[in-house]
Amino acid sequence: MPETNGHDGKPESRPAATNGHGASGGNGQGNGTNGGGNKVAALVASAKATQSRAVEEIKETIKAPEKTDLWKSVLRVKHDETPRSRALGVLSNVFLHLHPAKINRDAVAYNYTWGMGGMTFYVYITLVFTGTLLMFYYHPSKVIAFRDILYLESDVPFGKLLRNMHRWGAHLMVIMVELHMFRVFLTGSYKKPREFNWVVGVLLLVLTLLLSFTGYLLPDDQLGFWAVTVGTNMARATPLLGHQGPFGPQLGMTPFNDVRFGLLGGSIVDSNALLRAYIWHCVAIPIIASAFMVVHFWRVRKDGGISGPAPMVLESEIKEVKKV
Amino acid sequence: MAAVLGTLGMNLLMFLRFFFPRALYEPKTRFKIGYPSDFGFGVDTKFQNQFRIWVVRNTEGIFVISAICTHLGCTPDWKPSENKFKCPCHGSGYDPEGINFEGPAPRPMDRAHVEVDPDGQIVVDLSKLYSWPKGERSQFGDLDPGGKGGAILHV
Repeated sequence: MPETNGHDGKPESRPAATNGHGASGGNGQGNGTNGGGNKVAALVASAKATQSRAVEEIKETIKAPEKTDLWKSVLRVKHDETPRSRALGVLSNVFLHLHPAKINRDAVAYNYTWGMGGMTFYVYITLVFTGTLLMFYYHPSKVIAFRDILYLESDVPFGKLLRNMHRWGAHLMVIMVELHMFRVFLTGSYKKPREFNWVVGVLLLVLTLLLSFTGYLLPDDQLGFWAVTVGTNMARATPLLGHQGPFGPQLGMTPFNDVRFGLLGGSIVDSNALLRAYIWHCVAIPIIASAFMVVHFWRVRKDGGISGPAPMVLESEIKEVKKV
Repeated sequence: MAAVLGTLGMNLLMFLRFFFPRALYEPKTRFKIGYPSDFGFGVDTKFQNQFRIWVVRNTEGIFVISAICTHLGCTPDWKPSENKFKCPCHGSGYDPEGINFEGPAPRPMDRAHVEVDPDGQIVVDLSKLYSWPKGERSQFGDLDPGGKGGAILHV
């Protein structure tokens, strides 16, 4: 009953609720004073009236749920079959407004766009989801990390599936980002006014590779350990910031204060490196990448939507030229 | 404006400094490996897992190779049948004295400082390394001024 009241928010329903509580209170009082027979009868009558009103309201709600205040507060707009109303329906919904209200017919030419950007985003969402689930079982510390991987593989229900989804999804995302970039390059979609978005896209490629690289160490197996050993040893040769790079030693760089040390949290790939890779992989880079994705998608819209072939006009749409 | 920028800049510096701790808990770089008489001719790999070194004795004496490939830092494998070190990462090959002869390695593997302590044991110090960069002088024969230790023990 209170739920229905909440749905409708009708003024009548509020006194009904207070009456309901008052009825039991009044009963107690009446028993105590021995002199409220009439009062009790009146309260019972009003309670019954409230009940019948509530039943009425429930019936109305079931019959036309779209007329309740709850429905209206969540969904707001009734969508008529007019372009304006449909556009409003899209714009007034936080999830739908991420899509354009209207798109060019040619923007869905999959043999042109390959749909590769959207699919990459889908794979990213999948990776965030499976990765979050993996975090429930993974401890980023030496010895335990690899044990957790074995645990996930053999003892956790669907653990092997999740781990493999995450691993293959990561490979797939790198491949798809590159294919997306390849398509954008081939179709010249990096040209004016999309130059800025191309640069954002290149940064997203780098972030994808960094996500891939930091995730490599996390199983703490031989493959990942040596891959990260090799990868971070390259950072020794960073100009200015690496202790074996050009001008590095002159700037006072040693194995204990250069950029490689900053990445590893030590001079060797050890527990600090595992923890740093974990935090970069699970928190920092996903946040940075998500922020760039927001900008990337927003710019696609602002730069005129997904790039496609030259707009085409159907024969049936060609208007006759008026004769003068 | 300047105050805001100054504060933000200071915060950035503090953020960066945060990633460089003042103390580390890493394995010791100075340790004892036993007596010179424990080591026969050739390559001894018994300390590879514990200290990441090989102890080598040749006609000149005993020296300790740091088991780090000079290409990108993997640990090469000692292959007794082929009488060489072979790196599994990118295929660098080294002879039994750690001198590179194949693969991408730019120079021989580094050697650690060795000396004999008063009770006769060999003390290895991995924080003092001797190298032989390409086209430069070899440090592999260097000895401390006092003559107690150095890149090689003439025993």
